[in-house]
Parts: sequence; C-alpha cells; structure tokens
Amino acid sequence: MEKLKSSLTNMALVLTIIAVVAGAALAGINAMTAPQIEKINADNLAAGIKKVMGSDNISVAEPQEKKATIAGKEKTFTVYAVTDPQGQSLGSAVKTSENGFGGELQVLVGFDPTGTILGYTILQHAETPGLGAKAGLWFQKENGESRTVVGKNPGQCNFTVSKDGGDIDAITASTITSRAFLLAIKNAYDEVIVKPTDGTTGATEQATK
Amino acid sequence: MNGIVKENPTFVLLLGMCPTLGTTSSAINGLSMGVATMFVLILSNLIISLIKNLVPDMVRIPSYIVVIASLVTMLQMLMQAYVPGIYATLGLFIPLIVVNCIILGRAEAFAAKNSPVASIFDGIGIGLGFTMALTLLGAVREFLGTGVLFKSDDFGIAGITLQGEDYGMLMFVLAPGAFIALGYLIAIVNKMRKA
Repeated sequence: MEKLKSSLTNMALVLTIIAVVAGAALAGINAMTAPQIEKINADNLAAGIKKVMGSDNISVAEPQEKKATIAGKEKTFTVYAVTDPQGQSLGSAVKTSENGFGGELQVLVGFDPTGTILGYTILQHAETPGLGAKAGLWFQKENGESRTVVGKNPGQCNFTVSKDGGDIDAITASTITSRAFLLAIKNAYDEVIVKPTDGTTGATEQATK
Repeated sequence: MNGIVKENPTFVLLLGMCPTLGTTSSAINGLSMGVATMFVLILSNLIISLIKNLVPDMVRIPSYIVVIASLVTMLQMLMQAYVPGIYATLGLFIPLIVVNCIILGRAEAFAAKNSPVASIFDGIGIGLGFTMALTLLGAVREFLGTGVLFKSDDFGIAGITLQGEDYGMLMFVLAPGAFIALGYLIAIVNKMRKA
C-alpha cells in the first residue's frame, strides 16, 4: 500500500482518527478498571483502619474532612470515627500527611478517645528505600519503648525525635523522615483530638511545643 | 534478536537511562519495570508497524506518541487495578515510559520500516534485553546495598539472604550506587562483547 501523502487534509484526518481511537480505548479500559481500583483503595483503607485501631470488630463512620492551617500551610485531616459493635467509641483513625524526605508522607494513625496512639500504618510515601522507607516498621510496638509511637500520647510525652530532645529514637540515618512522620501524627493529635471535632473552619496557627 | 546482547538498549545503546537508574533499587523492581516497558514496547511496535502506511510522514511523531501514551496509560490503569503492589513501587516511573527513548526509538528505527511480525520480535528482543539489564542492575544494587536478593515486600517474597542485612552498603540502593553499578556493568559487558 502506498504511504499517504503529507497533505493538510490527510494529516488532520489521520491525527483525528488516531486521537479518537486512542480516546475510545482509554475510556473502555478506564471503565473496566475504575471499579476495581476503587475497591482496592477502599479495601486498603478498611484494612488500614482495622490495623491501626488494633481490632477487627469495629464499625467505621463516614469520614469527616478537617482542614487546618499549620505553619502557614493548609493541611487536611480525614477523620474516621470508630466504634465497637455496641456503639461505644473506640476513638478515631486519622489520615494525616507531611512532607517527608522524598515527597508526601501519608500516615493513617489510630487514636483512642484520650489520644493515646493505638497503631499506625504508612499509606503512601516516597522515602528512600532502605532508609526512610523503613518508617512503616520502625515505629511499631515490637521495637521497644524507645522507638515505638504505639501506646504513647503525643500530648503527654515529648513527641519528637531524640536528636531534637524528644522521647522517640529516629530511624537511623533518616532523621528528616522521622521528623515528618512524628510531626504528621502530632498535627493530627493537635487538630483532631485536642480541638473539638465539630467545625471544618480553618483553625489558626498553633505553636508546637 | 540483536537487542539482548549485541544491541542491548541499556548496556550498549545507553537508552532509557531514567527508569534504569531510578527503578533498579532492587531486582524485583528492575524486573517489573522491564516487563512493563516490554509490554508497551511490543504493542507499540505492533501497532505502529500496522499503521505505518496510513500515517503521513510529517505527523508520524505525534501519531506515534499518541499510540505510546495511550498504551502506557492503559498499562498504568491495569497495573493499578490488578497489581497494586508493583504499582505503588513503580508509581511515578510508569507514566515516564512514554518518554522512554527506547520505545520511540524502536518505533522510528524499526517498526516504521518493517513488517508487524518482525516488529513484534524486535519488541520482544529489545524488551528482554532491557528487562535483563534492569534485573541485573537491580540485583547488583540490592545485593551490595542490603545483602539480600529478590526480596519484595509487595509480593511477600522473602528473598535469598546472602549476607546479613547489617552488612549492606546503603549507598548502592541510593542514586550514586546506581551510577557506579551501571558504570561497572557497562564496562563488563563491553569487555565481554569485544572478547
């Protein structure tokens, strides 16, 4: 078959056809995969909430968005109020984020009603593999009192890395990631647990301890 | 089938350095990136070879880019839906397959001049070469950096522990290690090609 000439009509026609076909194919695939992606995200979140609350037998309320301005930046916290099957409050799981070493560090952290941390999981991160990326394991309970955040209450202890005079050992060679991680949790504690959970208005800047 | 050793895209042609250096922090990551690129490469070679006579010369680059970009977007959606673990690791680098010069390079240099069947084989050859190079580089970096091979938390593969985790040289998992390891691998491959 002869190659088409590069005339204006040919070029416009070909480009249009290619774009339309590509668009249709993409729309088809998107329709096919979108429910699956949504399901995976929802499953991950549900599993994450169970993990951070340390209990499988829970019911999770509709999420509430809470915005606040901290150190000049607007932060959004997503709060999932968690109750046991009898309707007794178990506290809440809060999605919070902070800039880590390589990008956004998104943490889901579970608080009991007094603000003591029940558990945490890293939802999304771009930290250095082998260093900051260890945050998902480093601060867990199994690693001993000096490293873990689980069981601590950010309001009652010095919730920073030991290098900054705090009570928690940072990940070796990943102080920036550790600081971001702790700050994310501390911010969530300050905004969600300490302040009443009614308003969605922007809270004013608050000096961290 | 020149792509595997003689015209290996990574070690000989030095194409596609961005994903090469960025995603090879472990052997499994390198392998998944290689397979993802190979998938796009085979399909783009096939499609471009099929439409080569329908596309006027002056608009061929934009047409090829649309084809490649659509394939990559499809791949991205499919991976997100069915292999979320790998997607989470490779996330940022998947869209970058679009601008991987291997793919456009093969489209221009091979698929636009050859039959669909030959183009598929070219895609397989170059894709395998790229996958092998990335896996090798990832394995070297992972081994020197962490002392473990083929470990992947996303797949729950424990990997082969060759030396204790504590003996790793972290630098090899980080960016400088990528350049150093790649440099040595290129030197070794060059030596082997000449021998």
